[in-house]
Amino acid sequence: MFKNFTEGIFKNNPVLVLMIGLCPILAVSTTVKNSLGMGAAVIFVLILSNVTISGLRKFIPENIRIPVFIIIISTFVTIIDYTMHAFIPELYDNLGVFVPLIVVNCIVLGRAEGFAYKKGIVASFLDGIGSGIGFTFAIFLMGTIRELLGSGTFYGFNVLPQGFQNNPVIFIILPPGGFLVIAFLMGIMNHLKRSQA
Amino acid sequence: MLKVSSYPHISSETTTRKIMFIVIAALMPAFFGSIFFFGIRALIITLISIVSSFACEALCQAIRKKPITINDGSAILTGLLLAFNLPSCVPYWVPVVGAFFAIAVAKQVFGGLGYNIFNPALAGRAFLMASWPSIMTGKWVVPRLGTMSGIVYSLPVEMTSNATPLTALKDYSSVLGLPELLNAKSTIYSLFLGMRGGCLGETSCLLLLIGGIILISFRIIDFRIPLSYFLAVFSLTGILWLLGVTPVTPLFHILSGGLFLGAFFMATDYVTSPMTRKGRWIFGIGCGVITVLIRLWGGYPEGVSYSILLMNATTPLIDKFTRSRIFGH
Repeated sequence: MFKNFTEGIFKNNPVLVLMIGLCPILAVSTTVKNSLGMGAAVIFVLILSNVTISGLRKFIPENIRIPVFIIIISTFVTIIDYTMHAFIPELYDNLGVFVPLIVVNCIVLGRAEGFAYKKGIVASFLDGIGSGIGFTFAIFLMGTIRELLGSGTFYGFNVLPQGFQNNPVIFIILPPGGFLVIAFLMGIMNHLKRSQA
Repeated sequence: MLKVSSYPHISSETTTRKIMFIVIAALMPAFFGSIFFFGIRALIITLISIVSSFACEALCQAIRKKPITINDGSAILTGLLLAFNLPSCVPYWVPVVGAFFAIAVAKQVFGGLGYNIFNPALAGRAFLMASWPSIMTGKWVVPRLGTMSGIVYSLPVEMTSNATPLTALKDYSSVLGLPELLNAKSTIYSLFLGMRGGCLGETSCLLLLIGGIILISFRIIDFRIPLSYFLAVFSLTGILWLLGVTPVTPLFHILSGGLFLGAFFMATDYVTSPMTRKGRWIFGIGCGVITVLIRLWGGYPEGVSYSILLMNATTPLIDKFTRSRIFGH
C-alpha cells in the first residue's frame, strides 16, 4: 500500500520519468512561487479526483468513462480556480490559463484512467498524493533552478550576489531555457535510475 | 592474415587534427586583423575563449569517462570562432560562459565531436545573445583607422556613431541621405577592408576571403556552400534593391555583418552541414534566404548566425532527400 505512495515520487515520477504533464511544467516554472502554487493546485485536484473516481468506478459505464472523468476533474478544477482567484489573485494572474488547463492535464487524467478506475479508494488516495508530490517536486526543482539562474532570486528573495543579479542568465527564463533545464533534469534522473539498477 | 574492417579502406594522411589546424591557420589573417583593428583586448578575449573551450572539453570528457581528445584541435577552433562572434568590449566572463555553453551543452551533451546538431560556436553565440542582449549588441568598439558605421567622410548624424553598418541600415535608413552614404564607394571600401564596427573577427572581408581561398584550395571546404550562400544573398537583395524594398545595394549586404565569416568558416562545418553536393547548394541557398529575411524583416539587424543555426537543424533532412540512389535500386 505504501508503494502506491512512493511510486509516483521517484520511480514513476510523472514528469521526470513518464514525461507527461509537461506543458504547465515548462510554462509556469519561471519562479519558485508559481511552481509551488501550480503544484498545490495539481495535488488538490489529483487527490480529490482520484478518490471520487475510485469511489464511483462501479457506476461509471466503461464506454463513456473519459467524459465522466473530465466532468469530475473539471468540478475540482473549477473549485480551485475560483478559490485561487478569490484569495490569491496575484498568483492566479501569474498562472493564467494553466489553472483551468489542469482539466486536461495528462497526469490527472492518466492517474484516473490508469489507476483510480481500477483500484480501491485508499490506494487511489495514496496514489494521488504520491503523483501530486512527484509533480510538485519536479516543478519546484525547475522553478528553483530557473529562478536562481534567470533572476538571481529564490522565492522572490535576493540570494545571489548583486553582480549576478545585474546580468542574470535571461535565457533560462525564456521558453528554450525551460526545455534545456527539463532535459538536464531528465538526464540526471535517467542516470540515477541506471546507476541504481 | 585477412583483416576485416569497415570502409573507407583507402587511408589518407588527412586527419581531424590536420583539418582543424588548417582551418585555424586560415583564420589567422582575420585574427591578426582583429588585433590591429580592435587592439589588445581582441587578443585577450580570443585567448580566454580558446582556453575556456579547451578546458571545458577536457573536463566534460573526463566527467563522461571518455577518451580525452582535446588534441584534435576542434575545441580550439570552436573557441576561436566563438571569440570572432563577440564584440571586443564584452566583459571577460562572457567568452567563458559562451565557451561553456558551446562545448558542454551544444557539443558534449549531444555526444561530442561528430554528433552535435548545431555548430557549437554559433550555439554559444545564440545563448549569449538571448541571455545578455545589451552586452552583446549594446556597445561596439570603433576600429583603428575607421568609423563605426563604415561611412568615411562627413558623418551626417551623430546617431551613427554607435551603429554598425547593419544597425545604421536597420534603425536609421529613413534618415535623409544615409542610404546614399552607406552605398558610397568609400563605405564599400572600408567594409571590404574591415574598418567598421562589429564582432571582432567578422569585420574584415578581405582577410576572411584570404582564409576562405586557403581552405578551398586545400580542399578543406567545399566551394558550393559559400558560393550558393553569397549568390543567394546577392541575388535576393539585388531583386529587393531594384524593387526599392531595401535602400542599399547587394554589395553592401554581402560585405556587411558576418556573412564572410559565416559563409566560409561556420556554414561549412563538416558535422552540421549536408554531405551531398546537391544538399550543399540547398543548404547555402537556405542560409542566404533566411539571412536576408532576418536582416530586412526580422527583429535583429543581422541574421547570419541564426540562419546557419536554422539550416543546421534541417541538415539531416536535406541529407536524407538528396542521398544518391544506389544504381538499380
